[in-house]
Amino acid sequence: MTSPLLSIQDLSVHIRGDAGIARILDGITLSVPPGVTMGVVGESGCGKSTLLRAVLGILPRNASIPHGKLEFKGKDLIKVNWAAARGRIGFVPQDPYLSLNPVFRAGDQILEIMRKHAPGTRKDHASTLIDLFRAVQLPDPEAALAKYPHQFSGGQRQRLLIAAALACAPDLLVADEPTTALDVTTQREILALLRGLVSDKGLSLLFVTHDFGVLAALCDRVTVLYAGRVVESGLTSDVLRNPQHPYTRLLLACHPDRAVNLLGIPGTVPAATQQPEGCRFHPRCPIARAACSKEVPPVTEFANSHLVACPWYADELPEQALA
Amino acid sequence: MREILRVTGLEVELGKRRGLFRHKPGVRAVDGVDLVVHEGGILGIVGESGCGKTTLARTVLGLQCESEGRIEFSGHVVSGVPARQARRMRRAIQYVHQDPGAALDPWWRLGASLAEGLAIHGVTDRAEQKARIAEIMQAVGLDMAMTERYPHELSGGQQRRMGLARILLLRPKIVILDEPTAGLDLSVQASVLRLLYDLRDRFGLTYIFISHDLSVVRRVCDRIAVMYLGKVVEEGNASDIFAAPRHPYTRALIAAAPHLDGVQEGPMLRGDPPSLRNVPSGCRFHPRCPIAQPRCTSEEPSFDSISENQRVACHYWQEGISEKQKPEGQAHATL
Repeated sequence: MTSPLLSIQDLSVHIRGDAGIARILDGITLSVPPGVTMGVVGESGCGKSTLLRAVLGILPRNASIPHGKLEFKGKDLIKVNWAAARGRIGFVPQDPYLSLNPVFRAGDQILEIMRKHAPGTRKDHASTLIDLFRAVQLPDPEAALAKYPHQFSGGQRQRLLIAAALACAPDLLVADEPTTALDVTTQREILALLRGLVSDKGLSLLFVTHDFGVLAALCDRVTVLYAGRVVESGLTSDVLRNPQHPYTRLLLACHPDRAVNLLGIPGTVPAATQQPEGCRFHPRCPIARAACSKEVPPVTEFANSHLVACPWYADELPEQALA
Repeated sequence: MREILRVTGLEVELGKRRGLFRHKPGVRAVDGVDLVVHEGGILGIVGESGCGKTTLARTVLGLQCESEGRIEFSGHVVSGVPARQARRMRRAIQYVHQDPGAALDPWWRLGASLAEGLAIHGVTDRAEQKARIAEIMQAVGLDMAMTERYPHELSGGQQRRMGLARILLLRPKIVILDEPTAGLDLSVQASVLRLLYDLRDRFGLTYIFISHDLSVVRRVCDRIAVMYLGKVVEEGNASDIFAAPRHPYTRALIAAAPHLDGVQEGPMLRGDPPSLRNVPSGCRFHPRCPIAQPRCTSEEPSFDSISENQRVACHYWQEGISEKQKPEGQAHATL
């Protein structure tokens, strides 16, 4: 395998707050090779957004990175500073309705990014942008340059934001649930567009979502997070078809498409300031042993590149957990 | 099953102004809807945003006046009366908000919010209020101690339970659930759905389930009405519609829902629905329809029965069914 574009090794992020230190991320390891779409999936509070913020270098002020590496194109961004990656990582935000300033023309807002980070004159930038608008299939790309955000529909605004993310010709695109605010029909168009862009431009994509359906439609590989740790990772098809970690198995059984489990998973995700010792899932796990509350579970390779952070993954789940 | 609610030819015009010199026309958010809801059933209403789902719900509830049409509830006509009276006649129909957290007063303890509803509906005796609240809290799986807390202390799933508790106190017959699982995590969503089933059986409820999540609708509802620009374009048993959607819009909607196997096939809808101020002539779906014919631009299709249980508003619903639809955007997960 070629050297990864983005390689995260043993990354931890702590956030200091009134309630003490929250260990939001704890020893995350994942890598995104060139041209690969990597999905990060998990429930609210698992650290998905913090992971994205760490990659983008926009962690809040009270956050610290006690250890870990965050290598982008071979450079450790934590050591050399995120400026080394400026313009090379594009970001697609979650809410197309909140992410554009309503009082400026959409085109000007994107041109401002290009003026800061891309070489060339305003004229060059404008013509590049029109090409980009065409690439993201905005209707009437020339006219779009002079329009205000309210003149676009939700799906079109998401296309604008994708164009903005691509404006400086990045190598990596980072997206934070970009389709949750959209209708299913629009979501499908946006997913098709992202798939097309990734393969045409040879981009890599780091895609955060809580929707397994969207994940399956877009991502080659997946990393499942629970309470700030990686519990399982592998090819999307392997993980979705043959989940190994008890958390992934229980969670997928809750999906209406599978619909074996209408109990949910008992208990709740622990607060970030009160993470349990050992395996963080053990208080909710139906197959937990005494050792699970003491030792951090080792990561085992279940099959080729399919990793599981649970030594008991081969155990059957009790039937009442799936009732 | 007994019929509990029947809506006939319902039209709702929004934003109409009648001035001394100038009349400003409104938009028809609901434009001729016929629906039947059976007792104990779960009717799903699906469609893109702006198709009139919520306006339909508000009108059935009596919060919005109908401009035309008839609503019958338990055999009595409850439409065509002034707003206040309409709401009073429809007390047994209640509504759970899309964001039940926002529907609770942040300065009030939850117990006070619960008691308020009872007081409005004439239960003023403290002891009786308390007894009824205790019964309902237990039914929705919340601890009675929770009534001493404030709304911000609740998790997303607890907020949903609270929203349900609040209206169940009023002993409704029909509950309208507006996007009951939007924004919930998968594991919480599953337990909320289970709770909805349990409550239906325990209190003999009938649900109208508004949602855009087709995976959930398929799992939960026994009947479905698909809306497009203020009209119902297809109605039938959930199992029939998901197995063989007849209207091209229903087909596109079902095809757009992402699945765990990652396969997305079938026709893709391009663009956005047109504005209600500018409704296309003929069949209002024709500009986006993959099988539209010249006739569709001029002649509006009627809403016809195609079997005992299913109705479709399309001239050409029989076409394109046997035609093998080309898979598009080969899914990565199948590689």
